[in-house]
Order: sequence, then structure tokens, then C-alpha cells
Amino acid sequence: MKKSRIIMLLGALLPLMLFLFPLWNITLEAPQYPTPLGMDIYINDFADANPHDIKNINLMNHYVGMKYIPDAIPEFKIFPIGIIITTLIGLFVAWKGNYKWFLYWFIMMVLVSTAGLIDFYLWEHDYGHNLDPRAIMKFTNDDGTPMGFQPPLFGTKDILNFRAHSYPQLGAYCLGLGIVFGLVAFFMGKKENEMQV
Amino acid sequence: MKKYSSLILGALGLAALMSGCQPKSKTTGNGALTSNAAERVYVNPGEHDEFYAFISGGFSGQMSVYGLPSGRLFKVIPVFSQDAEKAWGYNEETKPMLNTSHGFVPWDDAHHPDISQTNGELDGRYVFINGNNTPRIAKVDLSVFETTEIIEIPNSAGNHSSSFVTENTEYVVAGTRFSVPVPQRDMPISEYKGNFKGALSFISVDPEDGGMDIKFQLLMPGFDYDLSHPGRGASHGWFFFTTYNTEEANTLMEVNASQNDKDFIAAVNWKKIEEYVNNGGGKKMPANYAHNVYNEETHTATSTMKKEVLVVDPTEVPGAVYFLPTPKSPHGCDVDPTGEYIVGNGKLSADLTVHSFTKMLAAIESEKFDGDAYGIPILKFEDVLAGTVKSGGLGPLHTEFDGNGNAYTTFFISSEVVKWNVGTWEVIDRQPCYYSVGHLMIPGGNSRKPFGKYVVAMNKITKDRYLPTGPEVTQSAQLYDISGEKMELLLDFPTVGEPHYAAGIAADIVKERSKKIYELSKNKHKYATTSDADVRVERNGKEVHVYMSMIRSHFNPDNIEGIKVGDKVYFHVTNLEQDYDVPHGVSMIGANTSELLIMPGQTETFVWEPKQVGVWPFYCTDFCSALHQEMQGYVRVSPAGSNIDLKWSLGE
Repeated sequence: MKKSRIIMLLGALLPLMLFLFPLWNITLEAPQYPTPLGMDIYINDFADANPHDIKNINLMNHYVGMKYIPDAIPEFKIFPIGIIITTLIGLFVAWKGNYKWFLYWFIMMVLVSTAGLIDFYLWEHDYGHNLDPRAIMKFTNDDGTPMGFQPPLFGTKDILNFRAHSYPQLGAYCLGLGIVFGLVAFFMGKKENEMQV
Repeated sequence: MKKYSSLILGALGLAALMSGCQPKSKTTGNGALTSNAAERVYVNPGEHDEFYAFISGGFSGQMSVYGLPSGRLFKVIPVFSQDAEKAWGYNEETKPMLNTSHGFVPWDDAHHPDISQTNGELDGRYVFINGNNTPRIAKVDLSVFETTEIIEIPNSAGNHSSSFVTENTEYVVAGTRFSVPVPQRDMPISEYKGNFKGALSFISVDPEDGGMDIKFQLLMPGFDYDLSHPGRGASHGWFFFTTYNTEEANTLMEVNASQNDKDFIAAVNWKKIEEYVNNGGGKKMPANYAHNVYNEETHTATSTMKKEVLVVDPTEVPGAVYFLPTPKSPHGCDVDPTGEYIVGNGKLSADLTVHSFTKMLAAIESEKFDGDAYGIPILKFEDVLAGTVKSGGLGPLHTEFDGNGNAYTTFFISSEVVKWNVGTWEVIDRQPCYYSVGHLMIPGGNSRKPFGKYVVAMNKITKDRYLPTGPEVTQSAQLYDISGEKMELLLDFPTVGEPHYAAGIAADIVKERSKKIYELSKNKHKYATTSDADVRVERNGKEVHVYMSMIRSHFNPDNIEGIKVGDKVYFHVTNLEQDYDVPHGVSMIGANTSELLIMPGQTETFVWEPKQVGVWPFYCTDFCSALHQEMQGYVRVSPAGSNIDLKWSLGE
């Protein structure tokens, strides 16, 4: 088998690691939390980094009127189906072995992942800004607008007494690597094709 | 200016460094206090001590938890005395813990903590401690630092030679200090001699759940059994008890019980008796004693009255018990880490008597007895003696060991700790105590593997050592560094109640097992409210049960109506928190009881019997959150016989 097809096969399979490892992690540090509060975001679940963390994040956040982190969101059904479908397509593409299709799979994956990130951002924005008007504590920005508590999409940000970190986790790295493998497979396949000609 | 000050600081730093290099034994003019004592007991903010010390509260009835070397107090664990701060003995859940055959006893005299062992080394699972007055043994579970079991000891009085554990915590042992008629009966006190008995109780400890049960009681002659320690290593299977009042006096004891030149150390071969009992030996006699168990899942204690106890007559088990003559009313009975030497601390003498276990076995083997006492063979003093420590001190009470071949003995009358060599019996060092030291403690000092770094001396008299606080001053302990040839006094620290005795352990063995919360999902309390959906108020005649929850920063419900004068209202309150160190408290105006202090995931109950019509508030007593002040509620109390329906709500 050509090397490019093997790489493409690996690329198609790697995103399945999302079913084992978290996609993203949000960690909240504060002086009162020597062990920070954390939430691992899986493709189909929100999980405590340490026992009861989500409950405790909700308890903190209710003071500023943020909604509880839901037990389940529609994405938990859609994302796993999306990953299975794109993996099946990837496997089919690898089996066919046409390197041009490797590129198309790569582009599709970039688009799908970007859509996922945008969706995540929109949820975060709603979570951080759609506040209960009867919130116990109301804060405003310097310009008088209500302060939002949206965690960063990527990176570290101070929110009141908390320092929030938001970073991709092993699942996301596997997805990213899988996507890159698609592109690598395309170039390898192209080269192999040229050598044959 | 800045530059200069940093220069000066630098020089000071250098000086500190240099003084640190000097020999450790250097002392200043301030008695035994070493020059760099402060830095050796200082634990940086946020850092942890190296050792836990569990110090008995004596007449406070409790046990306090200190850190060493800092001497900082972390917790006072309620054991035998009611504690309004923690609702111990006040809430419905823990009242059964203080039940006895004499009814509810809200106090005791807590004496000798001892930590559970595996293979002769401290395992840090439990601390056992005895109640001296109304004889009881309590077990503190070190995963939660709470008292989880108390067993009453029948046929006993002045439960003093207790609560020491065998090498694998097979037994925790409780011996009686005051002999009494067994069974108790109406008889003239003057007929004590020959009629009273001293019960030595062997309480088995379940290896799995730690459950305690009296396996057998050895009914010994009517002496006073003062202290005890287990054999270890080669002497594992034996237990040693000091006795005084072998005169069997019953009045003016200070004189009449001090006449014999020698009393005894009783050597008990408990393995032999265990075997005897397992083969059907012993006699079941009627008894009445309480066995109280706190269940961590129901968060509730139950008290069961037990009606029978197995007693053993020592003369019916040949080879099970011997008496070792020991001078002058010995107090402490201490066994060295190897198990070879048994130290009798003859409290009315200047010398320490050390017996040899090997010699004792040889003397038993050759049956060289010096008569008997009530059928129990007495060994010859010279045959069992390993050596005598000629100390020059007065009033030895208690000896512990550092694991490096040295022993440390407190001398009450001459007010000092004396270090001596185990084997040569020579005195190596002596340091004064302020004042009149009773017991001392080396972490692991009662085990095969002591942590020979510090000794804590627990003093009986304090006088001028601290700022005065009127006629009653604090009790005091003192910390000495024993890592060098000479002992060095590092620190005085006040204690809770009278520090009778202590047990210490390396913090690492204990701290990882310490729980942070109780899992709400495992809460099986009969009246738990584990979700808001379960919140309710139910009436059953005049009895009202409030199923209430609490979480930052509200009670649910926080408005209750339909309560009437004459009702008996049970508030069953569950803390729904699952975060470390977020307890909530609750108290009701006019309730004839204490507050509740409820840990995350726990349910507790208090009873309120409203006597006045009105609207009465309740509130959270533990500053829990930014909205703690808002954590409050109201109960409407209507006249008896009014027809207001029960109604409860939150946020309506």
C-alpha cells in the first residue's frame, strides 16, 4: 500500500480519539480554590476535572446570574455523529486512494471543525452574557454596559476573582493531527503520483 | 538608604547561616532553650507540620489535634463530652453516642490516645481513647477525624490502664483502676479485700471495619491496674499492666496503698487466653453496657445495650498470667521497640525498674516462683530484672523510646525529662520541665518504629509560663528536639484541658486519607433531603418534620407556616454542598439546644419546641459565602389549636 494511503487512513482514524479524550478544558483559578475548578469538555459530555467541579462552578456563577451548565446539549448528539460520518468518509477516501480526494477531505474537516469552534464560541458567549436580570451581583464595564463573564475561547483571561484558562486537550490534538495527516497524505499522494508518471 | 538596609539584611542572613552551622547543643543562658529554637519550630504559612499529635483533653473529655513541631491546634475532636460548637451530643444523630448503662452521660475524663498498628507500626487508621470515669473506649476514625464508635466497659471503674492496642490492632485493651464487686452488689466497703475484682478487658477490633466487641474480661485480684502496654516483636502476644494498691486498701489510699515495698507488673499472655476462649473457655455472665456506633452513610448513631460478657478466671488458664514484682507503686508500664524490655516507672521511687522478657520466660520455664497472689504465680524480682536506672530524679511516671536505643522518662517530682540508654541503663541527659511533667510522647513511641525526632512533655502545673488568666491558667506542653545527644527545649504551647497522654504520627501516613466532603449520593440518612424536589414539611399529630436543604446561600424552604405552639418540630437539615470546607450552620431562636454545624453532604437534626406565638427567624451560623448574612428564614408560629395549614416555600 502506498504511504499516502496509510497516512490518510491514520488521519481518518485519529479523530475517533475524541471518544476517549476530552476536546477542551476550562479551568478556573481563585485564591479560595487551591485545587482549581475545572471542566473537561468531551465530544458528548461535560465532565468534572475533579469530583463535583461543575456543581461548584454553577454555584459560583449563580451569584452573577449565569445559567447552570446544562447536563446535555444538542451538540452532544450531533458532534459524535459528525465525527463518525467524517471518519467513514475518510476511510472511504483512503480506500479509494485518489490523492485529490485527500485534499477534499482535509478541506471538509477544516470547515467542520471551524463550525464546531464557532458553535462553541456562540455557546460560551451566551453563557457569559445571557445573565439573569435578577442576578445577586451585577457588574458593569467602564463604559456602563453589563459585564460579561465569557471564558476565553483559547487562552487565559481574568474574570473578577477568577483566572480562567481555556485550552484544547488531547482529543482536540488528535483531531488536529488527523486533519493535518489528510493534508500530508495529499502532498505525499501527489508526489507518489508524479513519480509514477 | 535602601542599599544599606539590604546590606545589613545580607549580613544578618549570613549571621543566621553561620549560627546554623554551630553545634546543635549550644545553649544560651535561658535554661535549656536553644538559640535557634524559633526557626526550628516555625512552619511557614501555608506549609504543613511534619507530625500530627493527638493529645488527650483529660477532664475536657475530648481529644485535640496539634501539629508538630509548630504546636498549632487544628481541631478539638469531641469524644466523651457534649460540644455545642459541633452539636456533638446535642443533635439527634449523636445523642446515642453518649448513652451508657447509666443513661446519657455528657462528660468523661479522656486519658490515653493510642493509634492503630499493623505489624507493630502505626497505620494511621484510628485513634482509640479511654473515658476514665464512666468506663468507655472510643474510636476516632482518622479518615474523618470524628468519633465513630464508643463501647462501655462493664465490671470496670476508673478505666485507666487503657486504651492501648496490640501489634496488629487485634485488641484494644482496657483495664480497671478501681477494683469493684463483680457483679456489682450491696456490700460493706470494708470487705473489699479478697472480694473486689479488677477486670482487664480485651476488646477485639474488626480488621475490616474497625468494629469493637469485648472478646473477654480477665477477672484479676482487686488491685488498682494503672497503665499498660502491649508486648511487641518477641513479646507479641503478651500484655503488661502496672498495679498499685496490692495492699487492697479501701480508705486513706495515699497512705494505705503505699505500704508495700513492691507492687506488681501483671504479665498477661493474651494469646493463650484467646485460645482458651476460642475453645469454649470462660463464663458468660449477665451484664449491661452500651455499644454506640456512628454510621457514616446514615450520619446517625445507634446505641445498643449488650446484655452479656465473657469473663475468664486467670487461675483457670495455667500459664496465662504472672506477677513481676516492681518497686513503689509503678505508674507507666512501657515496652521498648524490640519488645525485650518492660519498664516499670515506680512513681514513689527514684529509680526505674527494667524487666527482661527473655528472663521472664526463663523464670517461668524453670518455675522459680516466689509464692502466689490469689493463685497467680509471682516471679522472683532478681530473676526477671534486666537493670535499674539510677537516675537521681524523683517520681518516674512514663517512658518512651526513640528507636535509636534511648529511652526518655518523665519525673514528676523532680520535674524533668531524663534520657537514658537502653542496655547500659546509664543516664545520658536531663532537662527541666515547667512544671511537674506527667506523661511524654514521641511520635510512634509505643510501636516498633518510633519517629525519634521530638518528645512532647505534658505538664501538670503551669503557673507563670504564660500571661496570667486569673486563678485558672492554661495547661501546657513542651516540645524538645531529641535528634542530638542532648535534648533541646524548643517550644511551650498551651493545650485544651489537661494533656494526660498523647499519640503522634508522621503526617504523611494520615493526611492523604483525610476526606474532604461526605458524598451526597451516599447519604442514607432517614430524613435526608438530597435534592430540592424532596423538600417538604410533614405533620404527624404534634410532631412536625421539616425536610430542609441548605446550599450557598439559602435554606429550602426558608418560609414555613402552620407550626403551632406545643408542636415538636424536627429540623432535618441537609447540606447539599459538595465543595471542600463549605459547612453551613443553622440555629433557631429560642431552641433549647445547640446550633448544628453540618459538613457538605451531611444531614443533622435539631428539635425546636416553640412556646410563643409569632414569626421566628433562623439563620446560618457559619460564614459560608458572600451572601451568608442573607442566609436566613422565618417560621410562623400560630396558637395551639389554630387551623393554619402547613405551608412552606422558597423564593415565592
